[in-house]
Amino acid sequence: MATVVVLGAGISGHTAAAFLKRKLGRSHEVVMVSPNSHYQWIPSNIWVGIGQMTIDQVRFRLDKVYKRWGIVYKQARAVSIHPEGDESHEKAYVSISYVSGEKQGQTEQLSYDYLVNATGPKLNFEATEGLGPKHHTVSICSYDHAAQAWKKLQESLDRMTSGFRQTFLIGTGHALATCQGAAFEYALNVAFEIRKRGLENLADIIWITNEYELGDFGMGGAFVKRGGYITPTKVFAESILSEYRIRWIKRAGVYKVEAGRVHYETLAGEYLTQDFDFAMLIPAFAGAGMTAFDKQGNDITSVLFRPNGFMTVDADYTDKPFEQWKASDWPSTYDHPIYKNIFAAGIAFAPPHAMSKPMKTANGNPLFPSPPRTGMPSGVIGKVIALNIAEKIKYNHPVYRHKASMASMAAACIVSAGYGIKHGKAATMTVSPIVQDWEKYPAWGRDIRATVGEIGLAGHWIKLFLHYMFIHKAKGYPFWYLLPE
Amino acid sequence: MSTNNEIRAYKDEYYPPVPTRMTRFWRTCIMYQIFRFFVLNYKIMKMVVKGHS
Ligand SMILES: Cc1cc2nc3c(=O)[nH]c(=O)nc-3n(C[C@H](O)[C@H](O)[C@H](O)COP(=O)(O)OP(=O)(O)OC[C@H]3O[C@@H](n4cnc5c(N)ncnc54)[C@H](O)[C@@H]3O)c2cc1C
Repeated sequence: MATVVVLGAGISGHTAAAFLKRKLGRSHEVVMVSPNSHYQWIPSNIWVGIGQMTIDQVRFRLDKVYKRWGIVYKQARAVSIHPEGDESHEKAYVSISYVSGEKQGQTEQLSYDYLVNATGPKLNFEATEGLGPKHHTVSICSYDHAAQAWKKLQESLDRMTSGFRQTFLIGTGHALATCQGAAFEYALNVAFEIRKRGLENLADIIWITNEYELGDFGMGGAFVKRGGYITPTKVFAESILSEYRIRWIKRAGVYKVEAGRVHYETLAGEYLTQDFDFAMLIPAFAGAGMTAFDKQGNDITSVLFRPNGFMTVDADYTDKPFEQWKASDWPSTYDHPIYKNIFAAGIAFAPPHAMSKPMKTANGNPLFPSPPRTGMPSGVIGKVIALNIAEKIKYNHPVYRHKASMASMAAACIVSAGYGIKHGKAATMTVSPIVQDWEKYPAWGRDIRATVGEIGLAGHWIKLFLHYMFIHKAKGYPFWYLLPE
Repeated sequence: MSTNNEIRAYKDEYYPPVPTRMTRFWRTCIMYQIFRFFVLNYKIMKMVVKGHS
């Protein structure tokens, strides 16, 4: 009997565990190690943050689902990986620390034949002084953060109702932050809610971003064929911000937050400030912070992980300039180059480089978006890893034949621009591939025929439909495996 | 005392194309959006199938 340990019950890890169990059945063991008691559908946190959904609409308990599936669930945090075992352990193992229940605080050495690291991002608020829910800004990166954001937002709405002007600052809270798409959605939703209440004359809404141009979204922007033109997402992003009466500050790296004031450095090297009453700024992301040791107990963390804490996989990490980046730099099977039975899925894998062109401010500080790994590729990667492991275990397949490179995978993004069955809106966007392939598509980096970009109520319905569909899938309800990632 | 009007000219947000009333109408016109719902779902499914191959 083989044991597959999955670390992290997020979008990619949960998908991987579900497919592993489905493929391996009872003859093999699938173990999930995750500190969270609930699965959360993170994209809908946007709506928790504007009070249109409750926490319980975006999450459900994991224990019941794993029990039904026959997956062993340990509510614990992975601390270190020992891919060669050690003096007292023949087999590879991962050291975990329980975070709740009777075993809280206890550690355990969990042996594995295959390991899937799907630990997502560490929300690195500490990288920006004064950032985050414990300090001066809110976040929507988890359901509890989003609920707190809604509480704070309500305070500002109340102040406006009493006639006071409020400044809302939404965007990226670090020079190298990613996830611009989520922050952008939140800015539009906040503006939508303010307009719905007839308070827009009392609101200054500002989008602050580390993007070189708006609409970059960490993927170097995209182009959409529409209305007889091939138009950059910069134009779409500026257009919708302008329509929603949102001002913007671009090429800005936030480096410090005080009560009611952010400090940022511009690409031109100026050090400026912006005051706010309400601020939702996305932090920098880092890896989960696990360590690794070889059989003799030597620290091999730098062999398993890149300096940013994300896991090394089958990518080309050679340091090269933007002009030499290739689609083939991107990983496709997500196994570690030395320890082939260790995989990294979703945000946990280290990308070979950014997708947006790296820039430095006039003072020499890096200022550009890190590459996003959104829900769809995270799910697809989790599934592909599961299929490869299952084939290896069941048929001893010599190669991992299922592949999912972000440089060949297409993706759909639905950017919510307001909640409401009759008046809601969302921008529907598709790109193919996610990472630009300048050799295959020299003009635009992507297949221009495969792009869609349109705003409307239909987009909102799709986003809402996806919310219910993905929760249905994640709960393992009938025919879940037929639903796409 | 004179008050300043809010003039958007020469600000960044003055230059992007903004939707006309007609465009905004179609964005929330229920019948048209039901049609777009199916069209967009079809296009997304095509992408998704490609993404999973
Ligand atoms: C507000 C918001 C809106 C978004 N909207 C969209 C959208 O509309 N569309 C889209 O495609 N993407 C969206 N995204 C991005 C999407 O949520 C991520 O791409 C996705 O969650 C990544 O999946 P993951 O499994 O890699 O990480 P996660 O979903 O973050 O899961 C990581 C898991 O690992 C666990 N973990 C952490 N440390 C450890 C440890 N040491 N040991 C064990 N487990 C650990 C965590 O508790 C968590 O359960 C959004 C993101 C945010 C923040």
